[in-house]
Amino acid sequence: MAADTKIPAMGDPAERTIPRLQPGAMEQSKPYVAAPAHNEPLGFPGELVPDWQEKGIARMGELLGKYKSLRVFMDICVKCGACTDKCHYFLGTGDPKNMPVARQDLFRSVYRRYFTPAGKALGAMGMGKLVGAREFTKEVLDEWFNYFHQCSQCRRCSVFCPYGIDTAEVSMAARDIMDNIGQGHKYANEIIGKVHKIGNNLGLPGPALIDNLEGLEEDLKDETGLDIRMPVDEEGAEILLVTPSADFFAEPHVLGLMGYAKVFHAAGTSWTISTKATEAANFAMFIGSYDQMQKIAMRIREAALELGVKRIVFGECGHAWRVAYSFLNTLIGPMDFLDPRYPRPQHILEFTHDLIKRGGIRLDKSGNDGMVLTFHDSCNVARASRMGDSAGGQFVIPREVIKACVPKFVDMHPDTIGEKTFCCGGGGGLLTDELMDVRIKGSQPRMEALNDVVKREGVTHMAAICAICKAQFTKVLPTYGFDREMIVSVHQLVSNAIVLGNND
Amino acid sequence: MTTFFAILFYAAFAVLVVGVGLKVAQYARTPAPLKIPTTPAPLTPAGAAFRVGREVTLFESLWKANKPLWLFAMVFHLGLALVLVRHLRYFLEPVWAPPVWSLIVWLQPFGIYGGLAMLAGLAALLVRRVVVQRIAYISGPSDYLMLALLLAIGVSGMMMKMVAHTDIVAVKSFFLGLMVFDIRALPADPLLAVHLFLVALLMLVFPFSKLLHAPGVFFSPTRNQADDPRERRHLAPWAAQLERERN
Ligand code: HEM
Ligand code: HEM
Ligand code: SF4
Ligand code: SF4
Repeated sequence: MAADTKIPAMGDPAERTIPRLQPGAMEQSKPYVAAPAHNEPLGFPGELVPDWQEKGIARMGELLGKYKSLRVFMDICVKCGACTDKCHYFLGTGDPKNMPVARQDLFRSVYRRYFTPAGKALGAMGMGKLVGAREFTKEVLDEWFNYFHQCSQCRRCSVFCPYGIDTAEVSMAARDIMDNIGQGHKYANEIIGKVHKIGNNLGLPGPALIDNLEGLEEDLKDETGLDIRMPVDEEGAEILLVTPSADFFAEPHVLGLMGYAKVFHAAGTSWTISTKATEAANFAMFIGSYDQMQKIAMRIREAALELGVKRIVFGECGHAWRVAYSFLNTLIGPMDFLDPRYPRPQHILEFTHDLIKRGGIRLDKSGNDGMVLTFHDSCNVARASRMGDSAGGQFVIPREVIKACVPKFVDMHPDTIGEKTFCCGGGGGLLTDELMDVRIKGSQPRMEALNDVVKREGVTHMAAICAICKAQFTKVLPTYGFDREMIVSVHQLVSNAIVLGNND
Repeated sequence: MTTFFAILFYAAFAVLVVGVGLKVAQYARTPAPLKIPTTPAPLTPAGAAFRVGREVTLFESLWKANKPLWLFAMVFHLGLALVLVRHLRYFLEPVWAPPVWSLIVWLQPFGIYGGLAMLAGLAALLVRRVVVQRIAYISGPSDYLMLALLLAIGVSGMMMKMVAHTDIVAVKSFFLGLMVFDIRALPADPLLAVHLFLVALLMLVFPFSKLLHAPGVFFSPTRNQADDPRERRHLAPWAAQLERERN
């Protein structure tokens, strides 16, 4: 943990000050480089290959041919600067290379040098600078490694860019290239390895998981007096629940899992967890690897087919929901083995929201007495997916569920929620201790908006629907002088409010 | 001078059309393997087309991002559009498409405002680029040169309009001649020569510069994709190939 991090000040979110540029402020921030043991199982070279420059450029060429986003975005940025004050990492650090367009330019300069006529011609004469072209040198590679790991791929910049240029696409491409020349990101690659080997990010093997869930069933019994089940590998269940593995034990995640179990119980719907797909997260998205992403997603298809379920429901997780909602049909579809009357796949909040609307469950707000809630929209849910059947449902549904469960709800400043939401600071594969400095600084805009509603409206808790957000806030809240338990799962609130059993 | 400009414009036109054509073909052919609209996004392809339309005509996202910049951008681009439409009179015979022609005629009196708006917008954009620290940081030589080039074209055009008139009938005759491969005399007017030379330069750099944003905006997947991944399976050819190899 970076003990010497200077905590940025929290001002008024309505008058956010744009920091003055502090060149080089974050040039030392970087994650650990992956070791051969992390890279090789994913099919990447163990360490930086001798001809990395050539290989890297070749890989860039391949990606340009495969991704329209990258191809178009490389050419069309007009350097208008509309995005420059939109990234939380820039706002929190003042490092100009954390301005989205500047981050893209680390990549674009290499693109220009090797893939545009002007860059090739002028670059060969040593005048590449004229058109913003740079040689792909070791310094440039190091810069990539540092700054493309200060991007949480949150897409906030893409909301404001007049052409929708999404820096996340560029950082995914950069990370893919780095992986393919042996300069991987340890945290992400190690985790992907664990998913392949053990089945989930946390490296929790099946028996330990079953043990753990039995413990939770006992807790639920103690709390409610009812036999609320946490079924595992039950063939013929109606629903397969795929949830981030943090939900299996870490707080506040696990309280959310208990909430899902109560909802399923109250709805009388049979469900199961599969030991084959004990992880909703898909870190392959962060490293931009289609191949890995598909491999990880495929476990879900296999699990669903083996167990013969009719529906797939995802637990609270941001990027996992992006992969599920936006990519799953592409990666593992067609999902015609599932019941077409329900969304394929469905979000747990869609499930709960639907029940509430139909009067299928009863909620008693007094279960959350004394709590004043606000809601943190997670980037990948807000800007890369949807819930429900109308655009923006991803903002409405969680809020309606929360409001049904708590006595008071207030939103944070409108520039910091909905499609303009700020990242928690730990997304995109940055949730690792060696990046704590940038994580703390990057959470400044969110902390500022939270502080504002705490002061004005007496907010006591902030709900989130993402395992990464929850883990990040648990760490970061105390550094800004808040209680770490301020962050809660939405289904934790449902769990507190739901009226079970002896009511009819 | 007439021959020089004749050759220059044939060359510039060829580079512009072939260059942009190749780029557009490349953009169109490159697959988008995943659904990545920036949400909330329209749920239908028609809705997505409408979204792109709003980006092109209203600069919708820029409005969300930065109001002064939006204003400068609007003033510049609308001015430019007006100027360009007005310029059609140098390339079209009056008999061609009467409604279009009457629009061009109707717009003539506004030309001066178009030119002024374009210049004012460009000047504001340039000042912003120099004065705002963040924008100065991301600006390279080519960004300043592009603004300078457009300013110079605009200024030379305005000077012809307001200070030293050129024989626009002869200009028109020259360009109509070029279109039927008949080289007719171009007025030997220094301002016109500057104007035309710079315009040819603009045409030459267009396919190699950030001016590709004009065709490119239509191909941006975060804007032109509909939000319907659960309803419709989206599969790029290379992803389908991967799938076949796996099975
Ligand atoms: C489909 C048509 C077009 C659209 C939607 C469009 C849109 C935009 C937008 C949104 C910006 C960013 C805001 C700004 O900096 O002004 C921009 C910048 C720019 N556009 Fe366009 N544009 C189009 C066509 C053109 C054309 C035909 C030209 C020139 C021949 C042009 C020249 C420029 C220049 C030079 C800039 C950068 C201004 C600066 O340096 O700040 N645009 N355009
Ligand atoms: C081959 C193409 C072009 C030709 C033959 C041409 C010719 C001319 C002529 C003859 C004038 C003087 C009008 C008068 O005296 O009433 C003029 C004005 C002007 N031109 Fe061009 N021009 C061309 C392209 C352009 C382009 C691409 C731009 C902008 C980027 C531009 C911007 C202007 C402006 C701002 C004026 C002054 C305002 C106006 O008359 O509309 N021109 N041009
Ligand atoms: S995607 Fe998010 S983190 Fe990355 S540059 Fe854009 S705003 Fe910053
Ligand atoms: S907003 Fe878009 S076009 Fe403007 S500088 Fe940023 S990335 Fe480039």
